[in-house]
Amino acid sequence: MRRRLVTPEGVDLGLTLASMGTRASAFFLDLLMMLVLLILVTIAAVLLTRGAPESSKWVVQIIWLLGAFLIRNFYFIAMEMGPRAATFGKRMCGIRVVARSGARLTADAVIARNLMREIEFYLPLSFLAMAAGEGGADGAMVLFGLGWALLFLFFPFFNKDRLRIGDLLAGTWVINAPKRELGVDLLRPFDAAGFYSFTDEQLDAYGAYELQTLEKVLRESQIEAIATVSWTIRNKIGFGDVPDDYSFLSLYYQGVRARLERKLLFGKRRIDKHDR
Amino acid sequence: MTGALSLRSEREEEWRRLERLLAICEKKSPRALDDEDLMALPILYRDALSSLSVARETSLDLELITYLEWLCARAYFFLYGVRTSAAGRIRQFVLRDWPAAVRALWRETIVAALLLIVGLVAGYWLVASDPAWYATFVPTELAAGRDFSASPATLRHTLYDSDSGSGLAMLATFLFTHNAQVAIFCFALGFAFGVPTILLLVYQGMMGGAMFALFASRGLGVPLGGWLLIHGTTELFAIVLAAAAGFRIGWSVVFPGRSSRLEAASHAGRTAATAMIGALVMLCVAGLLEGFGRQLITRDLLRYAIGAAVLVAWLLFYYAPRRPRLG
Repeated sequence: MRRRLVTPEGVDLGLTLASMGTRASAFFLDLLMMLVLLILVTIAAVLLTRGAPESSKWVVQIIWLLGAFLIRNFYFIAMEMGPRAATFGKRMCGIRVVARSGARLTADAVIARNLMREIEFYLPLSFLAMAAGEGGADGAMVLFGLGWALLFLFFPFFNKDRLRIGDLLAGTWVINAPKRELGVDLLRPFDAAGFYSFTDEQLDAYGAYELQTLEKVLRESQIEAIATVSWTIRNKIGFGDVPDDYSFLSLYYQGVRARLERKLLFGKRRIDKHDR
Repeated sequence: MTGALSLRSEREEEWRRLERLLAICEKKSPRALDDEDLMALPILYRDALSSLSVARETSLDLELITYLEWLCARAYFFLYGVRTSAAGRIRQFVLRDWPAAVRALWRETIVAALLLIVGLVAGYWLVASDPAWYATFVPTELAAGRDFSASPATLRHTLYDSDSGSGLAMLATFLFTHNAQVAIFCFALGFAFGVPTILLLVYQGMMGGAMFALFASRGLGVPLGGWLLIHGTTELFAIVLAAAAGFRIGWSVVFPGRSSRLEAASHAGRTAATAMIGALVMLCVAGLLEGFGRQLITRDLLRYAIGAAVLVAWLLFYYAPRRPRLG
């Protein structure tokens, strides 16, 4: 889903919101990471006091208590305050946190959005633990509590910006920021008109939307998709059989794009094939 | 040659350079760049933006447009996310943001403190009139033998006995992490319109009141005061602040006032979060006072004096008038 963010220079950056699935997988990666960190802290604490006498075993407990507390509450905060504004899991999934206003992401916003995990994640979790531990008499009460707590957990499904409660209170949202490479331009600077030639009507069959869909198909170059698309296009524009679907599509793409871009220069943007 | 092709051939070198510089800045720090690169960064960013505008208007090359959108967004968030050094940020937090956030919550703080006092009085009154209430307010594991069946001597012992030295640090750590978790919970629950926070606050008060009633009935009221207040002034203040931060959130969600609900919520959330970090620092201090101070200092007067001095220090830190900042 696209959201407007206009820079002070007056250009819309066209950000897209991260999907719930991506965010959930990032969160599970982070949970794993926290678990690994906790195990490391435990190992370090045990190693530190291995040779020490029995009376100083309390040091292990302190290290562990503090470590667990810091990891639980500050793992997300510390990582999101970094220059990439993303935790380990978010980086892996190619998403990041930004302020909804487009201003800079401040420390208080990061703290607010992550402290709210307490009721979004740990509260349902503790109700679950309670349900597992008790059962019987208090079962209904625990179920009620769980249902109430799940409301917070599933909050992002009930608003159009996919905001967690933490996002809502911090004025942030999570956007896609995957690493992108710039591929080559499919419009090659040689004249291929002699190979296949298309009439103006054939080139006018589609608009920009179809052109860019065709671009995606060509870039992914999956044989079945190419064959299907080629067959559909040839049917539509009344073109006979071709020996090689890919080169046909590639040349047709170049033809349509050259024509549409020329019109664009004259101020006529054709959004899709229905746009006459 | 058409638009996109010439745009690519003319500008691609610049985009690549911007990408490279951004990668260095994000992985290491802007200091890793030499002067020339540092000066070029904003110029390259504006070039990329203008390339994006041109590409959108003249080209239908989706690959090019998505790449430029990604590059510009990345550069935008880096360049406009002005950062100060960690030391500078901490300095600003302690000197300005933290007390300012606490001051901004003064109304909620008063309400929270009153609720705590109401709980305290109610707990005392109920237990004083009928000791059977005691078990309701103070869970047995927390009471640890401090109940109405205990002799005055045992009760006196719990107030003054000092653990062996090694246990103290452990106790301080445990108390800090436990209380901090409760405070964070109290804060987060504020979102549910503050109702759970009220309950938690009153309950905390009642527990204190019930204990007080028990000790007062054995003539140990004054020593218990010292035992609680040496760290209690800091700890209770921190819990009141955490609750106040929670109330601010709950209140702004229900009554957003003149701004939109979302805007009010995010404004309140950020102020409350700052105050909340302050409260956590206070709880850390309280844990140290409770773990070490209380066990090592066993004179009532000194306990009261420390408790009062710390409270005055906090009040001055938060509410003393400051010279207004210029500019």
